[in-house]
Amino acid sequence: MNPITPILHGMKITFEHLFKKPVTLQYPDERPKVAQRFRGLHGLKVSHNKAKCVACYLCPTVCPAKCIRVEAGEDANHDKYASVYEIDMLRCIFCGYCVEACPVDALKMTGEFELANYKRSDFVYSKERLLEK
Amino acid sequence: MGIEILGLPLMYYIAMVAKVLVAFVFVLLTVAYATYAERKIIGHMQVRLGPMRTGWHGLLQPIADGVKLFFKEEIVPSQASTFAFLVAPLIALIPAFITFAVIPFGGVIEIAGYMIPLQVAAYYDTAAGQVMDINVGALYILAMSSLGVYGIVLAGWASNSKYSLMGGLRASAQMISYELSAGLSLIAVFMLSGTLSLTKIVELQSGMGGFDWYLFKQPLAAFMFFICSLAEINRTPFDLPEAETELVSGFCTEYSSMKYAMFFMAEYANMVTVCALTATMFLGGWNGPFAVAVPLLGPIYFIAKVYFLMFTCMWIRATLPRYRYDQLMHLGWKVFIPVAFANIVVTGVIGYFI
Repeated sequence: MNPITPILHGMKITFEHLFKKPVTLQYPDERPKVAQRFRGLHGLKVSHNKAKCVACYLCPTVCPAKCIRVEAGEDANHDKYASVYEIDMLRCIFCGYCVEACPVDALKMTGEFELANYKRSDFVYSKERLLEK
Repeated sequence: MGIEILGLPLMYYIAMVAKVLVAFVFVLLTVAYATYAERKIIGHMQVRLGPMRTGWHGLLQPIADGVKLFFKEEIVPSQASTFAFLVAPLIALIPAFITFAVIPFGGVIEIAGYMIPLQVAAYYDTAAGQVMDINVGALYILAMSSLGVYGIVLAGWASNSKYSLMGGLRASAQMISYELSAGLSLIAVFMLSGTLSLTKIVELQSGMGGFDWYLFKQPLAAFMFFICSLAEINRTPFDLPEAETELVSGFCTEYSSMKYAMFFMAEYANMVTVCALTATMFLGGWNGPFAVAVPLLGPIYFIAKVYFLMFTCMWIRATLPRYRYDQLMHLGWKVFIPVAFANIVVTGVIGYFI
């Protein structure tokens, strides 16, 4: 086969690409558009000034990465609530099963994706850090 | 013009130093910004942006790279042969730069009554009324370009590392094979020109409004010379000596800091030289419309041609993957050399009957 034609064809393609608009996102300056149903950092939903979570343990049960730790407590109204709610972001695989499993719609996943930290312990998100603002 | 040193007017020395400085600074700047241009062009060819963050659209990137490399730690492997290891980058770099001495980058300009040919190793003979340059300029270039191989082979051997050694071996084999066909394709040009002086070769291409190029008379030789030169200076798709997928970084695996930068500069300086040589041999050098009448147009045409060829090098790099080693040898020995010989024979036969 003639070896030159494919090379010229390839060169034509690269030359055409030269005039295309680059797809690069100038990240820290330009922010990506996060999809509505993006599975990023978790958030604990709030209702009547407290977390909706009732500490039913469904989310740690369903979690395939075993990254959620919940401890139940009893509040002043003798209602069950999560006294401890921790998610280890180093283990989390962002599958979203916890959100699906939640019977009281207390958990959601936000568009937050910049989860870098300096210490391993900083990756364990406590209840206070997870509560939606 | 009263003062004379060693039988030559003072102006000769001033002009010579000025030409050396201008040519050297031009090559250095081109080398620095060729790295930037390459990253930008290949980036855009891959629908990316390339460097953007150092200065406006990354324009200060070569300076940042240089400063970074300059301040890096010099590492000499304990088992390396130190002297050869230190001297190898210089051997690679110097021939790349001194080749430029014989390449004419413009016509003759007149300053204060003194005629200065725009070529480093040349002077204007007022008695004969013509430019005198090295009459074997092309031979000098071929000699210098083969000298650059020693730097790479020495680097590969002195590093005392198997990757470097493999890179050096590949470099020597590749450069020797491609040097042959590059030289042979130039012979076809010399058969037409009848001279090895680059000034004469450029002059001979000045007909037809500056478009009487050897490219049109010897298209095959031009094509082969350019491809073989790419192979000789280790540009992609022939960059087997540093094939990072197989040999880490080839001959410069063990190098760091400014010594590594020297290899890098040598590579790009070689690219400038080869493009300048191709422009001189096949694209009419500094010739172009009105170049003889307006002397300042000459360098502009020359630079435009060199930059166009350098763009082509980068374009090829963005398009083609690396050749396999046996394909490389096959191409060099079984395709280019026979075709170059055939080209010489055909040129000779046609030249005999015309």
